[in-house]
Parts: sequence; C-alpha cells; structure tokens
Amino acid sequence: MASNPRIKLPDQAAIGDVIEVKTLVTHVMETGNRKDKDGVPIPRNIINKLIAKFGDVEVFHAELGPGISANPYISFQMKVPGPGVFEFAWIDDQGVKLVETAALNVV
Amino acid sequence: MKVLRPELLNRRSFIITAAAGACLAPLLKSATALAQTADTAPFERTPLFETELKTLLAGAVPTDGKITVDLPEMAENGNFVPITMTVDSPMTDADHVRAIHILSSGNPVAHVATFRLSPLNGRARVQSRMRLARSQDVVVLAELSNGEITMSTMTVKVTLGGCQT
Repeated sequence: MASNPRIKLPDQAAIGDVIEVKTLVTHVMETGNRKDKDGVPIPRNIINKLIAKFGDVEVFHAELGPGISANPYISFQMKVPGPGVFEFAWIDDQGVKLVETAALNVV
Repeated sequence: MKVLRPELLNRRSFIITAAAGACLAPLLKSATALAQTADTAPFERTPLFETELKTLLAGAVPTDGKITVDLPEMAENGNFVPITMTVDSPMTDADHVRAIHILSSGNPVAHVATFRLSPLNGRARVQSRMRLARSQDVVVLAELSNGEITMSTMTVKVTLGGCQT
C-alpha cells in the first residue's frame, strides 16, 4: 500500500512559467517475480498509475510497470495557467488509491 | 622427529601450484571469452521487448535525434537507475509530444513506463528511477502530435542487477 506522499513545487511561480513538479511516494513496487523464503511466489503489487490534475484538468498521466523502482519518484513539467491546486492520485494493483493535494503559490 | 626437507617441500608446492594452475587455466580462459562477448556483442533482446517495440511503432519508422535520454553508462545498483527524458518540442497545440514510453531489452517485463503529456506541460521532460535486471539497452520512444515517432537507445552496464524486476 502506498503511503507518505511527497510533492515538491517551486515556492512561487508566475503565470506562463514552466515549473517542475516532483512526486515521491512510499511503495514496495513488488514485481511478482520474487519468492519468499518458503519458495512461494510473492504476488505482484505495484503502483500502476499516477494521475495528476490541476484544478479539474488532467495535466499528467503515468502508466507504470514493474521496471520502475520501489518508492516511485516521478517528475514532470507544467506551464502555469494560473493559481490552483494539484491533485495527485497513485493507484496500485490492489486498487488502493492514495490522493494528495498541493496548492501552487502563483504571484 | 621429522626433518623438513626443503627439496621435498619445493617439489610438493610445485605440484600444488601446477595443479591449481591447470584447474584455473580454463576458468580464466572462459572469463576472458565472456568479457570479450560482453564488450563486443550487442545485448540480447527479449522476445517480449521485440513484441512491445513492434506494437508501439505500429509499422512506423522511428526518427532519430529528438530525444535526449540521461542515463548512467554504468549503473552500480540496478534497483535505482535515474533516468531523465527530454524531447525537443515546442509543446504547442499544433506540435507537441503525446506520450513518452520506456522499454527495457533485458528485464522480465519489457514495458517500464508510459507518460502521457499534452501542451499543458509546456516542456516535454520527465524524470524517474528505473530497475535494470542486467546490462542491456534502454529504448525511449516519443509519440508526437503529427504521428511521428522518435526513438533513442541507450546502453547501460549494470554491476548489480535489480533483483528480479
């Protein structure tokens, strides 16, 4: 299960700026190829999706496979349309959804 | 009391050394051969990778040179390999990047990630960290709004493979 979401935004931004949005979440990203000490396969459980919205508009969408490291870090860019709030949603194979919001300080 | 006879000792150690040498020689030889193949031959690509690549390209011939992929040439830990992808695109409504795909030629699962972008992003640049099970080629494809697909291939040598990605 995903936990401890962390979002890094610039302290302030102006309309029209292109900013970097950094996201990090704690998750084991179990590949499904490993076995426990009794030889029983550990079922796959990864975050397969990260969806970022700004206001109600989707600005970034990632589809992840088991080739992404544990505790997935993903950063992307966004052109600032105005003040608003980001909403990030991480969804894992068990359907567990973790949502975090972050406000963008627009000057 | 036993007297150590130097000539006997010498003979014994000579025999031991010779035997050890004889045992090690083929090992050394095969190690050199392995090192040579790793240096010269391209990395073997999994059938899954070839299928994924074919599906993504969908018959299109990829162009070259529009993506900059920042990946280390040598990765000590295959569990955490930082990757930065930048596509040279104005990111306007008329000309932008729709998606960036990462494929690995040597992981058990070839599809690493797909990132969907739009003109709202302003710049086509995505960063993440990936797993590499062994030394291999990492292929990054970008789908542009005009239907063009641009591709970049990077070879990464991995010292310690990401555990069973």
